[in-house]
Amino acid sequence: MEPRAMGPAALVALGALLALAPRAALAAAAAPVPALWPLPRSVQLSPRLLQLAPGTFSIDHGANSTAGPSCALLQEAFRRYYDYIFSHYKMHQGFGKFQAKQELQQLFVTITLESECDSFPRVSSDESYTLTVQAPVASLRAKRVWGALRGLETFSQLVYQDSYGTFTINEANIIDSPRFLHRGILIDTARHYLPVKTILKTLDAMAFNKFNVLHWHIVDDQSFPYQSITFPQLSNKGSYTLSHVYTPHDVRKVTEYARLRGIRVIPEFDTPGHTLSWGKGQKDLLTQCYSGKIPTDSDGPINPMLNTTYMFLTMLFQEISKVFPDQFIHLGGDEVEFNCWASNPDIQNFMKQKGFGQDFTKLESFYMQKLLDIIASMKKRSIVWQEVFDDKSELLPGTVIQVWKIRDYASKLSQVTASGFPAILSAPWYLDWISYGQDWRKYYLVEPLDFQGSDKQKKLVLGGEACLWGEYVDATNLTPRLWPRASAVGERLWSDKNVTDLSDAYDRLAKHRCRMLRRGISAQPLFVGFCN
Amino acid sequence: MAGSALGLRLLLLVALCGAAAALWPWPHYVRASPQRYRLRPAAFAFRHHSGSAVQPGCDVLDAAFTRYRRLLFGAGPWPPPSTLRQNHLSKDVLAVSVVNEGCNEFPTLESLENYTLTINDNQCLLAADTIWGALRGLETFSQLVWTSAEGTFFINKTTIRDFPRFPHRGLLLDTSRHYLPLSSILDTLDVMSYNKLNVFHWHVVDDPSFPYDSITFPELSRKGSYNPVTHIYTAQDVKEVIEYARLRGIRVLAEFDSPGHTLSWGPGIPELLTPCYSGSQPSGEFGPVNPILNSTYEFMSSFFLEISSVFPDFYLHLGGDEVDFTCWRSNPSISVFMKKKGFDDFRQLESFYIQKLLDIVSAYNKGYVVWQEVFDNKVKVRPDTVIQVWRDKKPVTYMEEVALVTKAGFRALLSAPWYLNHIAYGPDWKDMYKVEPLDFQGTPEEKALVIGGEACMWGEWVDSTNLVPRLWPRGGVVAERLWSSNLTTNLDFAETRLTHFRCELLRRGVQAEPITVGYCEQEFEET
Repeated sequence: MEPRAMGPAALVALGALLALAPRAALAAAAAPVPALWPLPRSVQLSPRLLQLAPGTFSIDHGANSTAGPSCALLQEAFRRYYDYIFSHYKMHQGFGKFQAKQELQQLFVTITLESECDSFPRVSSDESYTLTVQAPVASLRAKRVWGALRGLETFSQLVYQDSYGTFTINEANIIDSPRFLHRGILIDTARHYLPVKTILKTLDAMAFNKFNVLHWHIVDDQSFPYQSITFPQLSNKGSYTLSHVYTPHDVRKVTEYARLRGIRVIPEFDTPGHTLSWGKGQKDLLTQCYSGKIPTDSDGPINPMLNTTYMFLTMLFQEISKVFPDQFIHLGGDEVEFNCWASNPDIQNFMKQKGFGQDFTKLESFYMQKLLDIIASMKKRSIVWQEVFDDKSELLPGTVIQVWKIRDYASKLSQVTASGFPAILSAPWYLDWISYGQDWRKYYLVEPLDFQGSDKQKKLVLGGEACLWGEYVDATNLTPRLWPRASAVGERLWSDKNVTDLSDAYDRLAKHRCRMLRRGISAQPLFVGFCN
Repeated sequence: MAGSALGLRLLLLVALCGAAAALWPWPHYVRASPQRYRLRPAAFAFRHHSGSAVQPGCDVLDAAFTRYRRLLFGAGPWPPPSTLRQNHLSKDVLAVSVVNEGCNEFPTLESLENYTLTINDNQCLLAADTIWGALRGLETFSQLVWTSAEGTFFINKTTIRDFPRFPHRGLLLDTSRHYLPLSSILDTLDVMSYNKLNVFHWHVVDDPSFPYDSITFPELSRKGSYNPVTHIYTAQDVKEVIEYARLRGIRVLAEFDSPGHTLSWGPGIPELLTPCYSGSQPSGEFGPVNPILNSTYEFMSSFFLEISSVFPDFYLHLGGDEVDFTCWRSNPSISVFMKKKGFDDFRQLESFYIQKLLDIVSAYNKGYVVWQEVFDNKVKVRPDTVIQVWRDKKPVTYMEEVALVTKAGFRALLSAPWYLNHIAYGPDWKDMYKVEPLDFQGTPEEKALVIGGEACMWGEWVDSTNLVPRLWPRGGVVAERLWSSNLTTNLDFAETRLTHFRCELLRRGVQAEPITVGYCEQEFEET
């Protein structure tokens, strides 16, 4: 049957679980405690319990708040979190009959500075908040709406049903803010198309885990589902089918849904490699590959020597920079295959003319620099995969380098930050690489700042991203593959550096996973057990 | 030779261009032509052939007709068939002819599942020896129907003769590590039938929980389940599973694993488990079933009397794997018992227990399947015992183990290479597909003792959130290996068909995961 040869860690865990089994019933009967995920910076829980009545409890704007009922973002969040707190449980009951808990009647949410209610979140957006739970009213204070969103999530995680079914909360003081500014999830809609519904569901789950960036790797070799207004042929010819596309309306739906949850949407249009699907709808964009002196019918990366290439890119990115409100655009730049360039006689001439010799990284840099300049001229900032840094392109200061190669990623972070560039880490968090057992532990134990470097260098690490590449992932398996494994990354990027206790994390995450299930996210189990 | 036959099939497939591309598992003999017939949803019907031994009123086939109508054409409404001119190129009836009468039985290990499908100008006929064969043929028929871009249904002129290579083609689900809702089990039975799998191996209880609601011993699930209200299978649930399976030609093989893997039995049955000792004091922990008490065997007699009547299949799975001797060793009463019996090895004690258990179950006229340890530990078992080989490399490789088991004259089931819960990055289905169950040194008689195999989905990391995409289409790979010819081994051919079949599963509402990059016309939509 099931082999015991699972490795020592799994064995220990199994042993612990079996030892616990007789006690499981007991634990279930005891009062449940709130499971906060990710763990806030400072939590003081008092043993004093308050009760909430679904019929009368409400979330409202504080009297001195700079935001009011005209702030749709908060209005919607209030309604959403009321539902998460009350209507996702079974068995509604009134107060337990013989309990004399005081009642918590209201949560006041107060924004203290300009609310940013109608803005899009930015990398520098303030997400800090303080939460005070005391009878009869709780108070959530944040400088901006973004902190209020995070605080509402925390508040909702504090409420639980006691064994009588009464909604209960401990008196509490919480002071919280994220450790890293950039906490992202990468989805890939090119290897497999993901229906908009799946993307929206992912945004919901991201909010439950305080993620704030959706890195949308929207196109790649396999398909071009982004429907461009300027170049409609790109998706007409390059998508899997005409129903496997994202219309401008779809994109707006995603960016707005994300905004309402305090999540930025960073689109990635990866070039000059990973662009085969672009070629179908845009003639002469890709490099023609040769076999000896004869052109073949295969295409390579974008052709970097033609002026038409840059005219096209300027127009396309002009559109993208408007459609996607975020200040950043991801330009890719990874895994450029040089064979095709090398085979093409025109490219060889161009190389000679430019004095690049046989060094195709120079040609790649030539291309990337021109592209980076185009983006800069649109007042946008660029993110690129680490190869662009490795190839010694002359990068504008402020260009963000995303480190994805697992080998020596710490020293790569060290080099990138030593050169003064901001960095995003995703190398240890490729969630598409699945394996048997509890791999979330491995993701959890990563320390992003564990590299050689000065304090100033460490400050350049903006954060990280969990990546779920799409070769083997589509709407059928995305959600259970992402959650709760990505939650481990979520806590690593939000909580303090010293929050590393695996068994405490296991207990909280197992409960958090059940909470996600209640909220309609089919997050897979961490290990043996059950949710009620 | 095999290669050229295969080449021909590949050519055929290209010629059919989407027509039969989703056939899975691949039938033993397929001959198709580009000539096609139209199917008109409003007119089309499955009918019993006038010469068939089975006529309307046979619930297995009646239900299957309804099911496959819906799978083929959806719920309607459909445009009424044009009455202006009878299109001679359309087929309005699939006639089903069955040789053996008999509709109310359960499928057995010996049930015949062969069938022939003949679709040509004169005929549209499914012929089978039994209703079980007819079910397999209906599935194949449904996989032959394709839709044009305009939404017209077609079937090509085709002749298929088909039969299973192995009679036992199973899928194991584990409802103890995680409880699976009844609907997950029923949905799995549906998809099993799409893959021509015919045994649902229900590993119903284990250490973590006891969800089986026993009539005789209700305390077992009351105290041993995760939640005695929501996380149990009532007698009604079990009946529903068995009947749902029967209607799809699937046997339900229930496993009640002992003497190890029984921690969850303990709370409901005091003194069933061995108390472990730490030095001279009981440690408060418990080990395997206590084999030295008469009360143990009295309990097992009553319990398996119930199980034998609740589960109609001739076979029960009695487990017998991974017995940990540490606790037995620590217990002074067990040591005394061992001395008294003259045992110097705990495997002898295990044998003692298993033999008594096997005698109990035999007395109820049941056959049994056990995990390989029972054989490895040289327990004396009845000659008709089925040994399930699950260990990858130890004590010997699984193929060597199959050789040993069959050499000793026992029948064998293979599941070692098909642990679907073991996941890895990439197309891991290929390794499962490449397994050849008879690739061991043995006589033809010994090879004939391999009755099939099972894909296993253990539940440590699997519940209803991720079960379906982890099961399908990977489980289908095992299904084809166990159904199709030993010559059906070409990976590219399999990948093409499996990709299509995965999309067909999506169309049928099954959340089957992708095996490579690409798309399906109809993607899975979250609800």
